Amino acid sequence: MKHIDEYRDRELVEKLARKIGKEVTRNWNIMEVCGGQTHAIMKYNLLQLLPPEISLIHGPGCPVCVTPIEMIDHAIALARLDRVILTSFGDMLRVPGSISDLLTEKARGGDIRMVYSPLDAVELAASNSEYEVIFFAVGFETTAPAVALAIQQAKKRNLNNFSVLVSHVLVPPAIEALLSSADHRIDAFLAAGHVCAIMGTHEYLPIAEKHRLPIVITGFEPVDILMGIFHAIEMLEQGRFGIKNSYSRIVKPEGNQKAQDLLKEVFVEEEREWRGIGPIPLSGYILSDGYSNFDAVKRYKLKKGIAADYGSCMAGLVLTGRKRPSECINFGTTCIPERPMGAPMVSSEGACAAYYKYHRSSANLQ
Amino acid sequence: MNAKSTYHLSCPIPKTEYEHILMAHGGGGKLTRQLIEKMFYSGLGNPILEKGHDGAFLPSIKGEIAFTTDSFVVDPVFFPGGDIGDLAVNGTVNDLLCCGAEPLYISLAFILEEGLLMENLWKIVCSIKKAADAAGVKIVTGDTKVVERGKGDGIYINTTGIGRILPEQNISPENSCEGDVVIINGHIGNHGIAIMSARKGLKLNTHVKSDTQSLSGMMMDLFNKVPGIHVLRDPTRGGLASSLNEIAQSSKSGITLYESSLPINEGVRGACEIMGFDPLYIANEGKMVVILPQESAQKALAIMRSHKEGTESRIIGKVTSSHPGILQMETTIGTHRIVDMISGEQLPRIC
Amino acid sequence: MCLAVPGKIVSIDRSNPDSPMASVQFGATTRDISIQWLADVKVGEYILAHVGTALSKVDEEDAMFTLNALREMGEIE
Repeated sequence: MKHIDEYRDRELVEKLARKIGKEVTRNWNIMEVCGGQTHAIMKYNLLQLLPPEISLIHGPGCPVCVTPIEMIDHAIALARLDRVILTSFGDMLRVPGSISDLLTEKARGGDIRMVYSPLDAVELAASNSEYEVIFFAVGFETTAPAVALAIQQAKKRNLNNFSVLVSHVLVPPAIEALLSSADHRIDAFLAAGHVCAIMGTHEYLPIAEKHRLPIVITGFEPVDILMGIFHAIEMLEQGRFGIKNSYSRIVKPEGNQKAQDLLKEVFVEEEREWRGIGPIPLSGYILSDGYSNFDAVKRYKLKKGIAADYGSCMAGLVLTGRKRPSECINFGTTCIPERPMGAPMVSSEGACAAYYKYHRSSANLQ
Repeated sequence: MNAKSTYHLSCPIPKTEYEHILMAHGGGGKLTRQLIEKMFYSGLGNPILEKGHDGAFLPSIKGEIAFTTDSFVVDPVFFPGGDIGDLAVNGTVNDLLCCGAEPLYISLAFILEEGLLMENLWKIVCSIKKAADAAGVKIVTGDTKVVERGKGDGIYINTTGIGRILPEQNISPENSCEGDVVIINGHIGNHGIAIMSARKGLKLNTHVKSDTQSLSGMMMDLFNKVPGIHVLRDPTRGGLASSLNEIAQSSKSGITLYESSLPINEGVRGACEIMGFDPLYIANEGKMVVILPQESAQKALAIMRSHKEGTESRIIGKVTSSHPGILQMETTIGTHRIVDMISGEQLPRIC
Repeated sequence: MCLAVPGKIVSIDRSNPDSPMASVQFGATTRDISIQWLADVKVGEYILAHVGTALSKVDEEDAMFTLNALREMGEIE
């Protein structure tokens, strides 16, 4: 497949790995923000190619993992209503809330359907006028425009039986929150290329300058990720900070202006709870006044609840890069993908699940 | 084995009589009788079946017997590359072959949903007949039940299969050992992707067809000419990764897969990239994993490639004594990682 | 975080001005993808698709340039 296979090329990968090895002179901690990158790093075991000086810290960029339990509980409550079709992305269906998960609710009789696109949920609403169709929307700035488009289309088509449970989160406030904590150990970031395809690169410059570190906009294939690491190491070794676009075939500095305009029209920023991390100011979207009719929280008068994760789960420490998944006492024993205790074990981009799937040492196998 | 048969293309039960399956077709009375005689005997008939006993009387079989059962539930019932009928026969035949047996007899139990189009049932019976002839097996007994409309997906089929174990082969998952190679007879993931694309939800357009096929011809030839095959497994549900994991675990040996050797067609690849699926976990219905000593590999490959079911046969991995019980993959970029059993079902990912 | 895949545009349907769509080919599988935010894309061009929408065009020239630079990159500096 063009624009994929070239970036899985063994020769280029090995060449980049050698370049990184030559460039590095001391220990560096680099955080890849995005769960898609964590997944690729594990799937291709890029760690095997990196010199021991480089530690990759797996960041909180798994939207499924950071979706607060309260939102999942809301989704479950909605799915239990009569004449409701609850739709969401496939990987959201497995995530445990405080009492259940959506796949279990489906088995219990809830009409829960996974869709590939929020636009498909709009079509479902159009063809099922006697049902209420609710889309449970998770994701970062990459995914939010598609949801905004779905809501805009529903409005234009007067589909009053369509609404959205919005749980979108934003990357820059999360990076800022991570860097603001005193004990972080991050020397550089690989920023998420697909978020930047929408948002452009300008949001990251003030963060890089304020905290005096490199932020490298990075793609998702092995060559892309190693290129991102190489650029980060180059800047670190030279004592430079700022942003570098290492994914320029996709990301333009200005991003996708039309998609950004739509985001501004449909959403406003608000404080948002991140599962395992806590509340972060202005880090999530809710619907703007013009679209609040489509807000499932308002339409169904959902109330704020209190929901807590398992006490001994280290999800927060893992999501902020303070602990490796394998350092958690539950990892691979009481917490496994079939019975996850915390969100990073649920989604395959979650650091714990990715570690479990691809890198359990044989000692951990039962 | 593959005698040329003629198939009636029009349904033997006239439309004017019964266009749909009714509850009474499972009631044991006249309509049941008519269904059995006109539909099943005329479609699948052979002297053993047509005796119409409560069970089949089979001639004696020399030596050990392989006995298998399987149920087939598939939505949609008709899919690109096949339907539930040939799927049921091929799946049962291939299970017998995995035991190192020559497939001989199959039973079919139908659970039909009230309202199933008679014409569709006839299409399924025809493809059962075609698949059974191609595999050289006889349908010797059967059963029909009807459930109320809304309580089934049109049709479910349960089968049993009986085969004669070939004494010269000793096939078992525990047998794989260091020095063995892993061979597969063609592209992986076709069945699963064909079914997913045939469903409306994901709106994928692809020419991928199910690989459902009997592997009888190829495997019987292999059994006759290559002694000492260690393990056979048809990587159906859970895909290649699940089958190889099971083999690694039961033999307590390690298996290394070569990612760059895995045969995956562009339709399957594209669908997997969009949905975030791993083709290693996608179902196959006409594939065989053959594990045998390195020294027999070239001969086995030549035989497999001489059959239409195996033209794409190739070596995809090896058995090793390092990492016992674990399936490992040498990736396209030369690194190594674990390939685990899948937890739950594969769901499309956004991330 | 966001699974997005490059695919080739094989046809474009602008008959509904509110919802321009393209049929996009990924390997040998195609799917309809919204091109709402990419007004000027043409058949034959590659876009990056995510949950049914095209996020951006793949800049072929840039991709060639980067790959060539990587391939020609010397081992010793």
